[in-house]
Amino acid sequence: MNKTGSNENMAQLKGASDANLRELGRLEEMVGPEWARLVRGVFTNPLSIVGLILVSSFILIAAFAPVLAPPLTTLGDPYLIPRDGYSPEPKPPGTVWQHDIPPIPFWYQAVTGNEEWVHLLGTTSGQFDIYYGIIWGTRTALFVGVFITAVTVVIGLFVGAISAYYGGWVDDLLMRITEIFMAFPFLLAALTLSAILVPLFGRGIWPATIALVCFGWMTYARVLRAEILSAKERDYALAARVLGAKDSRILARHIVPNAIYPILVLASMRVGDYVLSFAALSFLGVGTDIGYADWGQIVSFARDWILSLDIHWYIIVYPGIALLLFGLGWNLIGDALRDILDPRLRKGN
Amino acid sequence: MTAYIIRRLLQLPFTMLGVTLLIFAMLQLLTPVERSALYVPSIPHNEGAIDAIIAKYGLDDPFYIQYWRWLVGHKDVNTGEIKGGVLRGDLGFSRSGRQDVIDMIAQRLPATVEMALWSVFPIIGIGIWLGVISAINHNKPIDQIIRVFTTIGWSFPTFVFGLLVLLLFYTKLGWFPPGRLSDPINAVVMSPSFRRYTQLNTVDGLLNGRMDVFWDALRHLVLPILTLSYVVWARILRVTRSSMLETLRQDYLRTARAKGLSEKIVVYRHAFRNALLPVITIGGSMVVGLLDGTVVTEVIFNYPGMGSATARAASSLDATAVLAFVLFGGMVLTVANLIVDVLYAMVDPRIRLT
Repeated sequence: MNKTGSNENMAQLKGASDANLRELGRLEEMVGPEWARLVRGVFTNPLSIVGLILVSSFILIAAFAPVLAPPLTTLGDPYLIPRDGYSPEPKPPGTVWQHDIPPIPFWYQAVTGNEEWVHLLGTTSGQFDIYYGIIWGTRTALFVGVFITAVTVVIGLFVGAISAYYGGWVDDLLMRITEIFMAFPFLLAALTLSAILVPLFGRGIWPATIALVCFGWMTYARVLRAEILSAKERDYALAARVLGAKDSRILARHIVPNAIYPILVLASMRVGDYVLSFAALSFLGVGTDIGYADWGQIVSFARDWILSLDIHWYIIVYPGIALLLFGLGWNLIGDALRDILDPRLRKGN
Repeated sequence: MTAYIIRRLLQLPFTMLGVTLLIFAMLQLLTPVERSALYVPSIPHNEGAIDAIIAKYGLDDPFYIQYWRWLVGHKDVNTGEIKGGVLRGDLGFSRSGRQDVIDMIAQRLPATVEMALWSVFPIIGIGIWLGVISAINHNKPIDQIIRVFTTIGWSFPTFVFGLLVLLLFYTKLGWFPPGRLSDPINAVVMSPSFRRYTQLNTVDGLLNGRMDVFWDALRHLVLPILTLSYVVWARILRVTRSSMLETLRQDYLRTARAKGLSEKIVVYRHAFRNALLPVITIGGSMVVGLLDGTVVTEVIFNYPGMGSATARAASSLDATAVLAFVLFGGMVLTVANLIVDVLYAMVDPRIRLT
């Protein structure tokens, strides 16, 4: 058994006895002590509360996107940003909408006292509305981030569990394959793969998403393998074996649920990273098509206006703020989780 | 330790072989016609000629035969001419760059190397310095400020940061222009009297005694370096800080303080060196940050290096070229990881057993 493992055991025992002294709270009864500690920790740390607020705001914006920025029904797909004519010159925030005006949201007049629908955050070249793109881009970001995270965690879970469970040459083979995937710079590899996938899938969110999944699962596989290897030696796993439980049951019911915490932290920290990487791929031209509601896509319009960025600053600043706050939100939660789960940082230690 | 290093060196060819296998597997996602760029510069337009090329280079042969040909080359039975062969340095033709990929790498690599080398100093120097400051002022305002700066840096998309920096220092203030050299200086560099010793403009400028070349090259590098550094700083700062915090709690430091040594000596003579050990381990992820970062940075600052070539190849779906670049990136990273591991084994005796 390794050193950190025994420390953690000690800390767990200590935590359990503390909990007994405090008498079990309702939260503990509902979700168990380990999860209760996580939930309580995330809700008491000021930084992670900021993170939670940011992330839940984005979820709300995504949920109420049709209310915040009603789509133009004639376009069919709400993820296509409505455009106000085709002029190449970006227009500043507050410019009145002139062509193909989408429905005006009901709150607009009450809030602003203005009857005309304006480009709240300006337009890009080609007159794509930035406000609409950011609102609906929230859905794109959340979907991409959560989807990539979920799929990579599942792949990592499988590879890690099989590797640790079978050991021997299976383990060797899987870990060598994992290492080969890790031998590539992440963004560069994803850029390449999505450039290859674009002719197969067409432009859209899928090439970049699949590419990020392909080069994103390795950390989970390795961490999970290590966790399972150490959990296999713990007393509770031995106890389950003594009771005659099958290996697969021990793995699924006892070991994986205990090894999942580090994965959880990693995963929550990566949601933001994935969305930033996805945006970078869009920015570089292998992500979504022009005019798709996607933050990186909007920023990429700025590439044509380097000489007049001071006039057209809104093309970068607004989607940039959205990206920054999104990344920040997830990172703050991830940071807090990491501190909670780090046995060295536990209170009273 | 020698045994460890030898073992680690022996692993290198296998990892590299794996890297080529994965690249080749990605190549197989392309149609045979697209793959013809490995051997011929342009796709012929009539059906018969396409079939002839596919037959000539065996582009629909079984996987392993194609892999072997791609790796070591393909001998033409009639002319005896060898085509292809990654090991021979034949990486195919870049349709977006209109030249052989290997020539493109030779031409553009120095620019990227120059940018990366210059970035290493601020990244390591300032990153470690801020990390130490943050640790010795644990939980004081300065620590909090540095931590906020780190978390924001961690979440800041490189391309947005780069564009904002460009907005401020170029469009608004006009201090640092994008590109690699300004036109008059470029003419100097291209003139026959200017000797290109290293292809790095700053170094060549100094070697030729042309300070104007040196300053102009540096002026163009400031913003890319700042952009590259800002994102990698977060990483190195975080590791330095936590490692320093851990070290400062050690018993031998209490002993040093108990002896009456000044805090300065305790921190910089006793703690600093030990705290730096774990920082070496993120060397690999720093190389990843630099390789990934140069792609975005070079695109934003219109800098003619490998990164912008990769981005152009990718956005024009020039797959063979972009695969060649990522193969190159994979090789660089594999070697960098080897160096990091060996270096770590050399400085930390506890590693040698594993």
